[in-house]
Amino acid sequence: MSEWGMQKAALNERLTAGRRLATGKVVPIPKLPEFLKAVIRTGDRVCLEGDNQKQADILAAALADLDPADVSNLHMVQSGVVLPAHLDVFEKGIARRLDFSYSGPQSARIARMLFGRKIELGAVHTYLELFARYFIDLTPNVALIAAVSADRDGNLYTGPNTEDTPTVVEATSYKNGLVVAQVTEIVDKVPRVDIPGDLVHFVVEAGKPFYVEPLFTRDPAAITETQILTAMLAIKGIYAPYGVRRLNHGIGFNTAAIELLLPTYGERLGLKGKVCTHFALNPHPTLIPAIEAGWVEQVHCFGSEVGMEDYVAARPDIFFTGPDGSLRSNRAFCQTAGLYACDMFIGSTLQIDLEGHSSTVTTNRIAGFGGAPNMGSDPRGRRHPSEPWLKAGAEADPDSSAALRRGRKLVVQIGETFGDRNVPLFVERLDALELARELDLDLAPVMVYSDDVTHIVTEEGIANLLLCRNKDEREQAIRGVAGYTDIGRARDARSVGRLRQRGVITRPEDLGIDPLDADRRLLAARSIKDLMLASGALYRPPSRFRNW
Amino acid sequence: MEKLSFKLNAPTRAGGTRAQAIVGVVASGNLEVLLERASPADVCTIDIATAAHGFGAVWDAVVRDFVARRAAGGLRISINDGGARPDTVALRLAQGVRLIEEREA
Amino acid sequence: MTAATANSGSLSWYEASARQRIEALVDGGSFNEFIGPELREMSPHLSIFDLPEQFDDGIVIGRGRLDGSPVLVAAQEGRFMGGAFGEVHGAKLTGLLRAACKLKQDVVILFDTGGVRLQEANAGELAISEIMRAVIEARRAGVKVVGLIGGRAGCYGGGSLIAGTCSSLIISEEGRISVSGPEVIETNKGVEEFDSRDRALVWRTMGGKHRYLIGGADKFVEDDASAFRQAAVEALRGRGRCDLAVLDAEQQRLERRLRRFGEAGDAVAIWQAMSIDKPTDIPGLPTDEFRRRVADKREHADDAR
Repeated sequence: MSEWGMQKAALNERLTAGRRLATGKVVPIPKLPEFLKAVIRTGDRVCLEGDNQKQADILAAALADLDPADVSNLHMVQSGVVLPAHLDVFEKGIARRLDFSYSGPQSARIARMLFGRKIELGAVHTYLELFARYFIDLTPNVALIAAVSADRDGNLYTGPNTEDTPTVVEATSYKNGLVVAQVTEIVDKVPRVDIPGDLVHFVVEAGKPFYVEPLFTRDPAAITETQILTAMLAIKGIYAPYGVRRLNHGIGFNTAAIELLLPTYGERLGLKGKVCTHFALNPHPTLIPAIEAGWVEQVHCFGSEVGMEDYVAARPDIFFTGPDGSLRSNRAFCQTAGLYACDMFIGSTLQIDLEGHSSTVTTNRIAGFGGAPNMGSDPRGRRHPSEPWLKAGAEADPDSSAALRRGRKLVVQIGETFGDRNVPLFVERLDALELARELDLDLAPVMVYSDDVTHIVTEEGIANLLLCRNKDEREQAIRGVAGYTDIGRARDARSVGRLRQRGVITRPEDLGIDPLDADRRLLAARSIKDLMLASGALYRPPSRFRNW
Repeated sequence: MEKLSFKLNAPTRAGGTRAQAIVGVVASGNLEVLLERASPADVCTIDIATAAHGFGAVWDAVVRDFVARRAAGGLRISINDGGARPDTVALRLAQGVRLIEEREA
Repeated sequence: MTAATANSGSLSWYEASARQRIEALVDGGSFNEFIGPELREMSPHLSIFDLPEQFDDGIVIGRGRLDGSPVLVAAQEGRFMGGAFGEVHGAKLTGLLRAACKLKQDVVILFDTGGVRLQEANAGELAISEIMRAVIEARRAGVKVVGLIGGRAGCYGGGSLIAGTCSSLIISEEGRISVSGPEVIETNKGVEEFDSRDRALVWRTMGGKHRYLIGGADKFVEDDASAFRQAAVEALRGRGRCDLAVLDAEQQRLERRLRRFGEAGDAVAIWQAMSIDKPTDIPGLPTDEFRRRVADKREHADDAR
């Protein structure tokens, strides 16, 4: 046997073993435990979907049910550690090593398990980074994926929540890996072919839909006046002067407020058509009023959002949809779009230090990075110009020659000076540093680095870090918008005054904004029900958000 | 409950003719602010009952900024606080002054 | 494409404070507060529990004009202690109703309450019964007592009992009326009987639309202060009888209602039995469409309330 075909030979062994338990490509549910034991080998690198939203939950449960005496030492490579089963495999000794990107719902437990040395951590990545490594040094031997339906040839329909699947399958299947899909049902003909059957080896009919986390729904009823004030500042103080048309909103109440202020406050400022025309964004329900009012030309999505399927399908001029009419999302492409084709990222965070590094890590929770660092970083490989990019570049480096001066992506961190439970946003030292020490990491988990952050927006005003000439100015600019936190109260009032005069710090009054005018009546929708009505009843909110 | 009291110079008298104004609600993260014209014209007194202990220095900073930025002379301000954030406190104080300066119907 | 409408014109009743509601309800500048916050008549009990007090103890009372006519007004602040009744809070409302009886002036009560404060249980329960008596005595003297329900805390416990004695009740979709709250029912009867986290179930069972349909409320309005005001003006024009004949008729209606719907396991079954077309649509319907569809099918409490 040729030495160059060993992976192919190994794949054939797995296929033979698996086919004994299947009819064609279809593995019946009762045979699933035996099947997984037959096709997964100790030491395998396994990608379990584990996306940001959709979860191959049946396959995850079956994996966690394996006997570690049969299969152990697995190296899990997956975007999201979301289900309890994703960590159960480590508790039980079935898996040993982990490379991942996001762990929001499991942030407390994964922290405990990492500290308890129950998981050997490869690294925490951004989505795009992890996808990239699927093609270089983290290629899966086995991919356990989730789809909506399959035909008997293994053609898959992944539908609105396509998310990571095409990327995972591309890396696994074309590199001699095994692809097993859980589907809600097997049909004669799938509505559209998202994944060709050639790339799929086995299909399991779950009989019920895969689990999806509703992550991108923010109830307008929870938006506070302070968040509205920060939204007004962002719109008038950043979106307008830079002319930001192409952007990504990180999920949060501040950005939800911005979305809901476009048709009202943004309209009043005459900004329609001038800002927020193109988004790399999941279908946020809070964007519905702006879309309906004609603000938005196009949205590309990382994934879907529970309840938005019919609305998206009814707006094919705005969203990406297939010939079957339903949304087609793609996390890898949308992440790339957010990195290169957007001029601004704006999002919230948990901690910002005096240099401007920002982090969502606290000492007992590890949520990972997700996609924010892709969005929230300056892509130095970018070459095409745009107005905001060139303007920001000129602010950052006014002295160099324009023809050799790259632009800068606007990376904005927005939030109230005091967050949940009155914990200050601004800190002397990030908890991430403590975490790095405890876990012996090379790098502290920083979400957005200081040299990428261009602006910080709080209820006290806007700090434009591009205009800061040195570290001291930067520190005072940050203190100057840090409100009454310890960091803010320790400001040098004279320095802050000078920075304000230069326009490095902008107060609401400087923009003609009276904080007393930040009123919930400015929101184009004040409740989930308002959003539903604005969508013409196309948006069907999940039950936890409804009283009807 | 922690009780705090401040008596500050407030050179500019609060405008308008209303005798009193009240804003806000006592709830978690919120506060009520009662403003009465009961101090000498260039003084502002602020009495606070707060559910959150140990934040004297922060209250000090907030009330000093308030009297520096707003016309608060002659006001006796009484606060019942349910643990509101400083920026919410500043907002309510500003709302209170605006209300007491409002023209009577 | 539809243009998004700004909400700047309308005041959401649900989101408004007690004082904002009063201001929106009465004729401009006509409100005169009794026992205002400057008098600092606060709860004598909360400090024992180291709980913050409110200067008006969570209820604003006074007199104003509604479309020119004098009216006494009470508004509960649902965000302070859940709008719950305590000694002073209760006494303010009792006093207002006794004054209404003496002065022969109509009363509008803006309910927003979870019931009685645990910390002031005895005083609170006493207050509820005193208030109910005061409402009946006022009504017997020819005074109309109109209740408005649509706030965050709903109208629960003793508050719902008081509401039951009113001449007329105006409710929005957001409003809820029930003696027992959802969590209490679940705790006592189990989650299979009543899942308090199933919001759609809670609203079907005790929410504004269902109460309107079953005769537990008399007017259904949009969550908008001007809609509440308009409805209050209309309600005050009503007859407002309160005699034995009226109560007898209502007793019989309630007995009939229980016979008719008592076996229903869910509100939808009741709406079905009322011959309402496509009853499962009811919760999702906008206000005008809802009122239109149920106009000739809903129960009425007539003059009883």
